[in-house]
Amino acid sequence: MTGVNSFQVSGYGPQRAGWTRLFARDSVARRLDWPILLSAVALSLIGSVLVFSATRNRTEINQGDPYYFLIRHLMNTGIGLALMIGTVWLGHRTLRTAVPILYGASVFLILLVLTPLGSTVNGAHSWIVLGGGFSLQPSEFVKITIILGMAMLLAARVDAGDKPYPDHRTVMQALGLAAVPMLVVMLMPDLGSVMVMVIIVLGVLLASGASNRWVFGLIGAGAAGAIAVWQLHILDEYQIARFAAFANPSLDPAGVGYNTNQARIAIGSGGLTGAGLFHGSQTTGQFVPEQQTDFVFTVAGEELGFLGAGLIIVLLGVVLWRACRIARETTELYGTIVAAGIVAWFAFQAFENIGMTLGIMPVTGLPLPFVSYGGSSMFAVWVAVGLLQSIRVQRPMSA
Amino acid sequence: MTNIPETGRTPRVQIRLIVIQVLVLSLLGTLGGRLWYLQIREGDEYAKKASGNHVQQVVEPAVRGSILDARGVPLADNETRLVVSASRTDLLKMKDDGKAVLAKLAGVLGMTPKEVMEKVRLCDSKTPQPCWNGSPYQPIPITDEATAKQALQIRERAEEFPGITAEPEAVRRYAAPAKANTAQVLGYLSPVTDEEITKAQDTDSPYLRSDQVGRSGLEREYDKELRGKAGVTRYEVDNLGRVIGEAQADPAQPGSNLVTSIDARVQRVAEYELNDAMKEARKTFDKNTGENYKADSGAVVVMEAKTGRVVAMASNPTYDPNAWVGGISAKDYARLTGKNSNYPLLNRAIQGQAAPGSIFKVVSSTAAVNAGYPFDGNYECSSSYSIGGQVFKNFESKGYGPINLGRALEVSCDTVFYRLAHQEWQRDGGTTPKKNAEDWFYKTAHQFGLGKETGIDLPNEVSGRIPDRQWKQDYWKANKDAWCKYGKKGGSYAEQIAYENCLEGNKMRAGDAVNYSIGQGDTLVTPIQMATIYGAIANGGTLYDPTVGKAIVSADGKQVQAIAPKSHGKLPDSKQTLAEINDALAGVVTRGSAAWRFGGWPQDKIPMHAKTGTAEVYGKQTTSWFATYTKDYTVVMTISQGGTGSGASGPAVRKIYNALYGVSEDGTINPRNALLPTPEKSLPKIKPDGSITSPKVSKDPAKEQRISQKGTEEPDTQQLAATVPTAAGGNRNARRRHRTRGSRRTLA
Repeated sequence: MTGVNSFQVSGYGPQRAGWTRLFARDSVARRLDWPILLSAVALSLIGSVLVFSATRNRTEINQGDPYYFLIRHLMNTGIGLALMIGTVWLGHRTLRTAVPILYGASVFLILLVLTPLGSTVNGAHSWIVLGGGFSLQPSEFVKITIILGMAMLLAARVDAGDKPYPDHRTVMQALGLAAVPMLVVMLMPDLGSVMVMVIIVLGVLLASGASNRWVFGLIGAGAAGAIAVWQLHILDEYQIARFAAFANPSLDPAGVGYNTNQARIAIGSGGLTGAGLFHGSQTTGQFVPEQQTDFVFTVAGEELGFLGAGLIIVLLGVVLWRACRIARETTELYGTIVAAGIVAWFAFQAFENIGMTLGIMPVTGLPLPFVSYGGSSMFAVWVAVGLLQSIRVQRPMSA
Repeated sequence: MTNIPETGRTPRVQIRLIVIQVLVLSLLGTLGGRLWYLQIREGDEYAKKASGNHVQQVVEPAVRGSILDARGVPLADNETRLVVSASRTDLLKMKDDGKAVLAKLAGVLGMTPKEVMEKVRLCDSKTPQPCWNGSPYQPIPITDEATAKQALQIRERAEEFPGITAEPEAVRRYAAPAKANTAQVLGYLSPVTDEEITKAQDTDSPYLRSDQVGRSGLEREYDKELRGKAGVTRYEVDNLGRVIGEAQADPAQPGSNLVTSIDARVQRVAEYELNDAMKEARKTFDKNTGENYKADSGAVVVMEAKTGRVVAMASNPTYDPNAWVGGISAKDYARLTGKNSNYPLLNRAIQGQAAPGSIFKVVSSTAAVNAGYPFDGNYECSSSYSIGGQVFKNFESKGYGPINLGRALEVSCDTVFYRLAHQEWQRDGGTTPKKNAEDWFYKTAHQFGLGKETGIDLPNEVSGRIPDRQWKQDYWKANKDAWCKYGKKGGSYAEQIAYENCLEGNKMRAGDAVNYSIGQGDTLVTPIQMATIYGAIANGGTLYDPTVGKAIVSADGKQVQAIAPKSHGKLPDSKQTLAEINDALAGVVTRGSAAWRFGGWPQDKIPMHAKTGTAEVYGKQTTSWFATYTKDYTVVMTISQGGTGSGASGPAVRKIYNALYGVSEDGTINPRNALLPTPEKSLPKIKPDGSITSPKVSKDPAKEQRISQKGTEEPDTQQLAATVPTAAGGNRNARRRHRTRGSRRTLA
């Protein structure tokens, strides 16, 4: 963290040299939310170990190098940390002005996925392969830009002191802003991401103070949409099968039910303390598919047991708890909306990801924040952490 | 966070933020609860599922132990064949799934690559034979007929043949050393059934589908010991079935060797002489039936008198146990078990039962003495004895006047026993027995161990039967309906008997008691029972459980579990009675019914005792019985439809003794020719590497004995026999003739 002293924010804290300046009263380092940061780092490191355990034997994907995924996960974590630092350094307020550009860029990227440049992984056409083993999943970044874009629109009048709540027109504009990329993602189709985005929109609307009619209207629309999607066969067969099989794996034991079943066996067999790192037979035997990404929680469940898996939930709880606090404590609505959007995103994605491995949520392709392998997701969540830190760092101190 | 910032926000947003926070926490709480439910509450069940998921067992068969004779000569052992097998798991690790290796292997074995590929592919619905039907984790045999040269080629260049093994594998072999085939005693193996596999699945010694299980004889009795313990290696496998680790490996424990008391040479002599005696009998004319004796089956037991150990046990007709090796053919199976086969699988020494005839008289003598008739008393040996108009004649209607019981045994006088049995029957109340009826003759038979198994260590021994009052009652109950339906007064002979049986078949009639006293009627015994009894007379009264197994020795020879002689009772004779019977049986050899067969026998050096028996069977020719003993051995032979005791079995039994002791026909003893002058006491040595030190056995001891027994001098048995006082008449075997009233119960 040698570069920490360089992201001091103008206007806050006196100019001092070296470490003393870094930890001086009101310095950026002092004002950072350390519980979030440490929890996020811990989750990423736990994730790297779990990813390593899941992939060290998977010769068909690790190119013969057992450390391939471990190193990449650590690299991603490093890049994520750098992105967080950059975000804090720029500040969410600075970014506020750049939101239209960021939003435009992210929408451009997801549109690019629909062109021949995009590629399909596990039935979802949501990737851009960059070559050299790197690929990009733009829908991860869209989650951020939706939050930022909606927050910008919804908070503009309120933060300016014009109105106590965003008016209907603003809300409609904000919803339109979210709807465009969501439609594209739905076409991919990346149902999991769409679900996350719906929840984000819901969280953002709640935090913005928009009329209850909008909130309940959106929930009703979501339900109606879900029924319509189901009845009109808009979804592909495999998606419906995934939905049905989570509750009853025997519906499709060789297909989707297999994932659910094996994941549940892996976690269930862990018991209190687990089989020990690298000793999980389900993990070593590669019985759980996609174990380094979507099903990474099963590694924790099997090898680290209730204590290890519970620790992940607790660490996520710390992040979410602090994030909620940040949302409540900041004085500007913009920051509140961004923080609440991030809370909704992380909370739902974590609940959906862990929930599907535990058999209480349908199986969708969503990564567990910080823990799952995957660059795009890792970068996005660390940028989100950066935004949270920035909101906290830049909030006006009363003292 | 001591200072709460002033937020200019409306309560609506604040409340909603708190709602979000509560929602988020409850979601996490839900996850935690569900995690607890899966891992703590139901964790055990999932752990079980997980282990079932990823463990595969590979069973390595244990080498079956050998069955050895008393000196270590293998009667049943294993023959090694070179088996070349391929490990699928190893082959699949190669880039081309091992195709190159298999092609190279095909070259070495002189097969086409296609043939080899087909052998290692797994069977499924789309794959026709040849294919591998077993576990994919099991080494798949490609050939079991590899030459040593081929095996060497593969082994020396192991790096060129990864995943390929050339190992010798054991196949059961019944070597018939010294031409002793010992078929019924050894038994045989046959493939394990599905039921047995399922039953043994979760035990510590599971069966392989290819396993063989002992079905008869020693192979069955000692199956558990001989089989050893199959090695089980549990491999952890991944979702594609590839081996990722070895969970647990229990190496195979080879089966233990069974040392028996059988002497292969004596066994050969016994088998040969039995067969020869039966062949001779078939050349002999039977006056009663007007045709030659059929001699359809026979058995001989040679037993150590002091321990009950079986030195030889032959049953005829016999078969080649190797017919079972590698799966029996339908043709062979029909030949061994079909209706016209005469059932060579039966071990007639323990499964053949017949009326004992006069060899039963040792029981009757004891009964008489215990009932209060002194052994040395005078008993009238009349030429016949009549009961209520029914005349029971002595053998060849010959009378000897008043004689004692010893002499009655010697000359096998029937009327002495008729009279005693009749008196006892009357004393017990006749057809309406007293409450406290002594039933001496029946009680004594039970005390001699008759009517129940001797407990020999061979499966499916039969019990024989003593037709006492209780049996008669039970038998009548079971059959009276049939008898009463079929029986007709004044009808044919069979109808007449059925009629009588229907009326009073449950009653012990005088004729029954009289017949029984000389071992006729419904009495049934097995050769092994009689050997046990005569052995007991020889050893001073102890009835030993006959044993074939002598010790179970682990494959490396380190653990020896001796099988000690066990007794199942004492003869109910006083020392004096036993001595008197002993003398009388010696008299049978020197001046009694067997003397003509033991001419020239060195009685002063090797005291011989014998009793002859010729039992009648309704509708068949007589059964020949010959029970003998010296101080060390008991030999009992029987030939069904073979003629008289001494006539049919006598020469064979004598030749067996000749071979045991090295006696020539002229009576000289040549220790060099003796096969086993005293019972084998020591156990054969088994070295730690599993090899067994055993003496060489000649090709055919029976033929050699025949030659050596002839002696150097011109033998003239007839002349020499004259030195021993011979009783008048050739055949001294007692049997009852001319029954005026049938009382056979063999109909139903």
